[in-house]
Amino acid sequence: MAEFLQTPLGIALLILAQGLAIIAFVMISLLFLVYGDRKIWAAVQMRRGPNIVGAFGLLQSVADALKYVVKEVVIPAGADKAVFVLAPLVAFVMSMIAWAVIPFNDGWVLADLNVAILYVFAVSSLEVYGIIMGGWASNSKYPFLGSLRSAAQMISYEVSIGLIIIGVVLSTGSLNFTDIVHAQAGPYGFFSWYWLPHLPMVVLFFISALAETNRPPFDLPEAESELVAGYQVEYSSTMFLLFMAGEYIAIFLMCALITLLFFGGWLSPIPGLPDGVLWMVAKMVFFFFIFAMVKAITPRYRYDQLMRIGWKVFLPLSLAWVVIVAFLAKYEAFGGAWARWATGG
Amino acid sequence: MGVADLVFYLFAITTLAGGLMTVVSKNPVHSVLWLVSAFLSAAGLFILLGAEFVAMLLVIVYVGAVMVLFLFVVMMLDVDYEELRGQMAKYVPLALLIGTIFLMDLGLAFGNWEFAETAKAARAAPAPDLGELHNTAALGRLIYDDYLYLFQAAGLILLVAMVGAIVLSLRHRKDVKRQNVVEQMHRDPAKSMELKDVKPGQGL
Repeated sequence: MAEFLQTPLGIALLILAQGLAIIAFVMISLLFLVYGDRKIWAAVQMRRGPNIVGAFGLLQSVADALKYVVKEVVIPAGADKAVFVLAPLVAFVMSMIAWAVIPFNDGWVLADLNVAILYVFAVSSLEVYGIIMGGWASNSKYPFLGSLRSAAQMISYEVSIGLIIIGVVLSTGSLNFTDIVHAQAGPYGFFSWYWLPHLPMVVLFFISALAETNRPPFDLPEAESELVAGYQVEYSSTMFLLFMAGEYIAIFLMCALITLLFFGGWLSPIPGLPDGVLWMVAKMVFFFFIFAMVKAITPRYRYDQLMRIGWKVFLPLSLAWVVIVAFLAKYEAFGGAWARWATGG
Repeated sequence: MGVADLVFYLFAITTLAGGLMTVVSKNPVHSVLWLVSAFLSAAGLFILLGAEFVAMLLVIVYVGAVMVLFLFVVMMLDVDYEELRGQMAKYVPLALLIGTIFLMDLGLAFGNWEFAETAKAARAAPAPDLGELHNTAALGRLIYDDYLYLFQAAGLILLVAMVGAIVLSLRHRKDVKRQNVVEQMHRDPAKSMELKDVKPGQGL
């Protein structure tokens, strides 16, 4: 068996199996994340939320997914058929393939790239294509407006996300996620992680992540009171399901990114307790809870305010932070809290 | 033929097909999407060469930013596709001329690289050992240590181009209502809002 796994066919099968394992993990957590999102939202509004299908309504997402799949696919008469069908596929696939470089534990990673952060950044910048193509191919006004908004918004916030990531990369001296997590290991557990030295940027990253994934309060591309449902208006059935699944997977990916970049990945917060994949998943779920709470308690932003924050507040702040971190790392301020090349890459 | 060759031909064919479809496709939006696929395959070719940093930059800069803006503009054009189609024959000679010039450029560069007297030294000079240095670090060293002034000059040219574009397209319109965000943030809720307890059946 061990010999077979060294042959090209064996390696290919092994990678395929690992990929399937990650897809299974993401899809199964997706079902319960959607359920959890709705339950949290309901709890904040003092409703019960889904409670009919299965115990406590746990199987509601499964029922919804089945319902979407068996519905009729409607393609508008004036739509560009090929692009219309391609758009949800792009949205789903792009948010899924970014998981290939996410490590869940020491060594538990499908592709341990040297440029893993750049890869995630590249793939997440491609996610916007699904939305633009969907909006254009629908050949309808509201989807088109929604996709224009979304394109402008995602490009704006990508800039500040990129600059924030540069700060972390400067501290670590590596673009590899495993190295970044190793650099955060230290004697103080929770307080050795990057969130403390990079504190202002954690907040900025979280808000940018909300805007990047079109999540409330920045869900202007699908603002139902203005644009009906934005770029999703003309989509039905499985194609709508793919759009929605892609959106939630992208949100969960952002949770994983925050965990890896600022909150120590699979490292244990209390020194002495064993590190492990459970910590990683627990932190990701915690950040998804925060995402859900933000959705429940904040009102939607006005579009010009959104653009103003992106370009006039976040961009200068994150750019200044890159310069500051460069100096702090160079002169090893506070015992080298920003300069961890020895432990990381 | 090994796996690497197979993957190379796959990417090469999709790059060429993407480029060809960019030119011949009737709808400008389809052209842009084909160009995106050509860029992605080119990124794949870079990865096969071991230049993963350049590949990621190609995807982030060209596909993620430049082509999105391209698509943004092309989508909003109101063009008659049938009319565009008839004009293609008119531009073919010009396109052929430009294509020939590019081909000759590439030929000259390739000839220099392969056959010139200094070529051997030029090829031997760069390329640090892959085992010692990742190409991200190698590129960084090259740009920020060896060619710092050239790099800064290139940045300056881009900055000038950006300032120029903004100056040319900036115009202040007086007849438009604008949002003054600072003013809005400093409004006092007590002054701008009044809560009244209205008795049923009486009104204000």
